[in-house]
Amino acid sequence: MAWKIILRPLLCTVSLALAVLAGGRAMAAQETARATIVRAILTTDDGQKRAIIGSLAGQGDEAIREIFTAWRQDGLFVYTAPDGAKVPVELTGDKDAQGARAAVRVDNGEPLKDAAGRALRLDASQLAAVEHDGRLRLAMKTVVDLLDLGSPLLTKRLRAIQTIGFAQKTDSLPVLQARSQVETDDGAKSELREAIALIQLADPDDGVKIKALATLNELHNSSSYDLIKALRDKAEAAGKTAVTKAADAALAAIDHHRSVVKFFGTLFRGLSAGSILLVVALGLAITFGLMGVINMAHGEMITVGAYATYITQNVFGEGMNFTLPFVKIAIHLPGLHLTGWAYQLYFVAAIPIGFLSAALVGIALERCVIRFLYRRPLESLLATFGVSLILQQMFKLTFGSNNVNVDSPVYLSSNWTVFDITFDWNRVFVIGFAAVIVFGVWLALTKTPLGLLIRCVMQNRMMASCMGVRTERVNMLTFGLGSGLAGLAGVFVTQLGTVGPSMGQEYIVDSFMTVVVGGVGSIFGTVVSALGIGLADQSLQQILLNPVLGKILVLVAIILFLQWRPTGLFAARSRSLD
Amino acid sequence: MSSPDTGRSFFRSRHMEFTVVGVFLVLLTLVFPVLNAHGLLSDYTITLWGKYLCYALLAISVDLLWGYTGLLSLGQALFFSLGGYMFGMYLMLQIGMLGSYAKAGQNPAGLPDFMVFLGHTFLPPFWRPFHSFGFAVMMVFVLPGLLALIFGFLAFRSRIKGVYFSILTQALTYGAALMFFRNDFTMGGNNGFTDFKFILGHSLVDKDVGPATMRGLFMVTALVLLLVALICYWLNGTKFGLVRQAIRDGENRVLFSGYATANYKLFVFVLAAMIAGVGGALFVPQAGIINPDQMTPAKSIEAVVWVAVGGRGTLIGPIIGAISINALRSWATQAYPDSWLIILGMIFLLVVLFLPGGIVSLPAKIMAWRSRRQPPVAPLAATKPAPDRP
Repeated sequence: MAWKIILRPLLCTVSLALAVLAGGRAMAAQETARATIVRAILTTDDGQKRAIIGSLAGQGDEAIREIFTAWRQDGLFVYTAPDGAKVPVELTGDKDAQGARAAVRVDNGEPLKDAAGRALRLDASQLAAVEHDGRLRLAMKTVVDLLDLGSPLLTKRLRAIQTIGFAQKTDSLPVLQARSQVETDDGAKSELREAIALIQLADPDDGVKIKALATLNELHNSSSYDLIKALRDKAEAAGKTAVTKAADAALAAIDHHRSVVKFFGTLFRGLSAGSILLVVALGLAITFGLMGVINMAHGEMITVGAYATYITQNVFGEGMNFTLPFVKIAIHLPGLHLTGWAYQLYFVAAIPIGFLSAALVGIALERCVIRFLYRRPLESLLATFGVSLILQQMFKLTFGSNNVNVDSPVYLSSNWTVFDITFDWNRVFVIGFAAVIVFGVWLALTKTPLGLLIRCVMQNRMMASCMGVRTERVNMLTFGLGSGLAGLAGVFVTQLGTVGPSMGQEYIVDSFMTVVVGGVGSIFGTVVSALGIGLADQSLQQILLNPVLGKILVLVAIILFLQWRPTGLFAARSRSLD
Repeated sequence: MSSPDTGRSFFRSRHMEFTVVGVFLVLLTLVFPVLNAHGLLSDYTITLWGKYLCYALLAISVDLLWGYTGLLSLGQALFFSLGGYMFGMYLMLQIGMLGSYAKAGQNPAGLPDFMVFLGHTFLPPFWRPFHSFGFAVMMVFVLPGLLALIFGFLAFRSRIKGVYFSILTQALTYGAALMFFRNDFTMGGNNGFTDFKFILGHSLVDKDVGPATMRGLFMVTALVLLLVALICYWLNGTKFGLVRQAIRDGENRVLFSGYATANYKLFVFVLAAMIAGVGGALFVPQAGIINPDQMTPAKSIEAVVWVAVGGRGTLIGPIIGAISINALRSWATQAYPDSWLIILGMIFLLVVLFLPGGIVSLPAKIMAWRSRRQPPVAPLAATKPAPDRP
């Protein structure tokens, strides 16, 4: 096997060398932009000069912009070497004592040197300036305008194509057509087609217009909507029915495409909003739905998770100091001073940390307060509201009343665009994560011994106790699980909302509604109602263009829904009355 | 659902309790204004106590529902604010040409300042009747009552009760607060209504006349509270009051005995909403401001805690609770601004955990504790022989 190990790098080197050779040959075959410009400068005939400059159109070399700028600002000169060769140079830098400036050769961008290899400094007044007139400057401007069209960067190229298309100048048509012959990227190709069609819209010939409209109809890109609309109005005024018809068809196609994109975009946003709601409400579905405890401090469990993320981020970075209120204990957390990917991983570490810290706070709450109130659900509401006030004030005193900043890790801060629909990664992640959590909770409740105990204690605490189940412990662990899930939700909302001492309050009403609509005691019901409410909320926002009104309508709809099904979507059936 | 401590009071009989409440309120109505008029009590104290009494009205409305009927409504702050907003609309229109925009000559129509700020040039139609004091007072009753009627009808018809009722009323309050926070709802948005000048032609801010107006408002508030206490006292003695308490203690049994519990609950809910609305209406001129912050579910829960602290299911409990907690707040927000919310939270916790009957159950608790410590000296020996019947 040893020969392979030696051979592989060897093969690589050879192929690399071949590639470089091939590249070099290609370069040699094509005249560089600088050489073309030199040729243009040295040509005496004005018409030929413009033709040579015009031939540069569609090239992407940045040097063109630089040289043309210097040309237009009288910065180019022709230096006649001792051997009689004419070398165009650009004078740059400041004048020295003799009034001379540094000279840079136009043909290769290197400093001009004499026979001995010393850099020459030249005096502008001793040289022949390269002249330019209005028509030449126009030709240069056209080339510069089209420069980005040949840029090796795709984004720059796309932007250039769009700009040229919207300008609707017929003289840039040949360049675009030439470009579309050599363009390899599919996205840029379709942009080119669109740009060409857009320019053709300005063509006086109706046949060309209709053909262009057909192309635009096929591409149905919403950015061309306004231009087509303008053309349609003009054609209608002029009484050209064929053009109007084609324009109408194109507009209809764009409208259709727009509504499809909007529909799927709303669907996606609704799904992600529902997923957030789901993750937030899932913990509540356990503490409220299964245990019957109204935990008004559930929102603060979310806050615990969010602040845990914030602390984790700081520990991965520079470390942090804070003082616990009242006891005045200053805590210094040393930072790990990580950078790059290692630092970005803080979010992954925050997931279990957020879960555990919220679960611990939840267990403490259960032990100290809630276990005395299992028979008095309304009073558990009051007591936990007190806890919520205390916790909020504690957060405020510890971390300040302003929102804190939690960075988005790179792997969550980008997006995909598929068929014009934008999929933000953090939202995709939340949807995926919600699915994982729901599956995990389902597994934990139905397939583990603890899940069995939880279900039996929640069904009949007394009977379970008689059978020897340690109900106190099961209560504690169940509440810990519910709170931990809220903590997980907190880790996620750091990516979608603000992190501050009162952030939990934003979610509490919504999550209670979600559980009630889903049917208390049914995890599946919570899933359905969370997604349903999220979708309804987002679609109403789209339709009404008013987020608050949408929210109010959702609340009203929920109240009316409970008229129809007072026990929610999927209520646990029971024969007991009270 | 109800704890055994519900309704336990210092007093042997409810007549005694009402007498104490009545005497206390009459004394308050007479003594405070007299002291204030002679400069023995500051204007600030009068306004402060006026606000406490408005909060007591809110607390009574919570107690009617929670203490007597077993319905924990988290919407009482909404009804309180609605009443306040209705009366606030009248007060806003009384400002007229004295607002800061009108003074600058930018408000020829005499609109409320916030409307000028938002670019309105004429009064929205639903504002116009509020020029009339009578209409505004009517709306103080009608709007909260109507909302309670509709919501209660829907909720009680589908037998939503217990914690579900609480959660739904909380959502109702939350939704309404969101609406009032909006500027285009033309109810003042974030800032609400403020900067009132006149009520029925009496100045609220004038240096000479203002204190007298405030005294008048204080007396009206105390008398309204007395009236509401009288209504509650009377209601408790009727069969209706008994059915209501039976609903609290075992709704299904009442239902199966042939009573339409939904109607009873609906009546109490509407009555409580109106009482809260009146409290809000009296609160606005004395506090000088109403904004959507008063409308949040958190405010409702706070009112529930006043009742819990005072003693639910009693007449005097909510009054004691509202006054004591708010007095504590006035003091603590000055003395310990950072810790006030923590103190309030601790009160929530401690009362629920250790004193479910509230302050009024304290004497009975202490007695029970003392009698447990001292074994009875002569058990069962003091039985009197029955008097001879003629």
